[in-house]
Amino acid sequence: MGQDFVMLSLTPLLIGIAAAVACALPGNFLLLRRQALIGDAISHVVLPGIVAGFLVTGMVATGPMMLGAAAAALVAVILIEVIRRLGRIEPGAAMGVVFTAMFAAGVLLLEQSAASGVHLDVQHALYGNLESLIWLDGYGWGALTDPNALAGLPPELGRMVAVLLCTVLFIAVLWRPLVIATFDEGFARAMGIPTAILGLALVAVAALSAVAAFDAVGSIIVIAMFICPPASARLMTDRLGRQVAWSVVFATLSAVLGYVLAGYGPLWLGYDNAVSAAGMIATVSGVILGGAALFGPRRQSVSRADATSLASTLAE
Amino acid sequence: MSMALELVGRATAPDTDSPLSIRGLTVSYGEKPAVFSVDVSFRPGQMTAIVGPNGAGKSTLLKAALGIIRPLSGQITSYGRPLHEGRARIAYVPQRASVDWDFPARVLDVVMMGLTRELGLLGRVRASHRARATACLDRVGMAGFAHRQIGQLSGGQQQRVFLARALAQEADLYLLDEPFAGVDAATEKAIIAVLHGLRAEGKTVIAVHHDLATVAEYFDRVFLINTTAIAEGPVAEVFTPSHLQTAYGGRLALAQMGGAAAG
Repeated sequence: MGQDFVMLSLTPLLIGIAAAVACALPGNFLLLRRQALIGDAISHVVLPGIVAGFLVTGMVATGPMMLGAAAAALVAVILIEVIRRLGRIEPGAAMGVVFTAMFAAGVLLLEQSAASGVHLDVQHALYGNLESLIWLDGYGWGALTDPNALAGLPPELGRMVAVLLCTVLFIAVLWRPLVIATFDEGFARAMGIPTAILGLALVAVAALSAVAAFDAVGSIIVIAMFICPPASARLMTDRLGRQVAWSVVFATLSAVLGYVLAGYGPLWLGYDNAVSAAGMIATVSGVILGGAALFGPRRQSVSRADATSLASTLAE
Repeated sequence: MSMALELVGRATAPDTDSPLSIRGLTVSYGEKPAVFSVDVSFRPGQMTAIVGPNGAGKSTLLKAALGIIRPLSGQITSYGRPLHEGRARIAYVPQRASVDWDFPARVLDVVMMGLTRELGLLGRVRASHRARATACLDRVGMAGFAHRQIGQLSGGQQQRVFLARALAQEADLYLLDEPFAGVDAATEKAIIAVLHGLRAEGKTVIAVHHDLATVAEYFDRVFLINTTAIAEGPVAEVFTPSHLQTAYGGRLALAQMGGAAAG
């Protein structure tokens, strides 16, 4: 049991948790800034980057393709900011323009690569496969202290944990300016806080989390984790610090519950096959959001208009 | 070269003691300038109202003066020094409607934002900081609301919280954008009492103001603007029917001017 768990489930669980938390943390600020869809946007715009990484090197290798993805995400982030500020249009529209255009460019690029006769597994790049990230050298709990076994850990784990640490560091150090710039940009600028650079940095950190996360676990988790845990957390409290803490709890819960349910849920119900862990994790986060919307202590304050209509519906 | 320019600037500028001096300020959002070639120096220790019709560029002037929006041209100095060197002495009260009050924060959290410069990025919040923030809340009559969620406040209470946050900045110059817009009479009284208290301490107060009937009662000086600067000076000299006609383009009903015509 212990051996099976360490070899087959420990690393996917840890990677799932790290990916979920790394996306949920910046998601808190993106949600409050009405930029929550940036996760969705990023998971689309990276397609041209992945294809370009492949076209340049001619190999299906994680390194260059992820570099391409990161570069594409950065280009998209800058384009969105530029269009938003120069065109003076709302962030949602700017994101919509950029991510559809870049996704379309990616599709065109993909046709070029198909012409070269090499199969490019974009499916895998976009949807990931959490269950495959097993630790073959993990012969038991003892392997955790065995340098030889540790060397065989899936590289996604190291990458994901490193990105998670970056995200935590960014938010911890810049907490005060981030909060002020998110709540009251004018006041922040009057204080001398460079809000444009700060906003760009936040989105860049989110892009980093998104690229690392979907390399490991697929884009479905990225999209869900940017929005669901922070939105659920907002319904639990009226203080931002506590909201962030709740979002970490919900992200972790989604990853663990989703992974377990995907692996064992169908068996319990009498079916043979497990279902996609990424899909189940996203589903669990959605269920948590539903629960928070119905029973969260602060659902009244989020949008008074919505809450009043919800309350009257419930009363009927 | 820039040093030489600065020296020339200092030699010709008589306004090193002006808390806010604006030269040649032009701001544009599109094709038409919102503020055009405005020169004005505000006097220290006085309360000045920025007055003009809707769309006259009052808020734009304030935002450009604070570096919130980038002007096409113009020079801003505070106490004779460039704006970015003088920010610590300036407090700002934005329009209440410019933020989302459903933000997850309590009243005290918002007031503490005024202490950010002092706390730095990672400085620890001590009991003394909280006590100061609470004292600022007390000054605007909101001490009992420290732990309320900001979304639960009335418009007037929100405006007082914004004023308390500016007080926490312990500045010498206070810039307020429409501080009396949509607030109840009690709040208006409380705010004006605080502003007069600041003036008594020798601080400078500049507020965008839209209620012509109370200008003479609340303020010492008036700056009239309608895209271009029209006049700046003591209320008795500048707040006159002829200047107001220039600012409002003759569309101003005489009844609206009420106190102005009398004063």
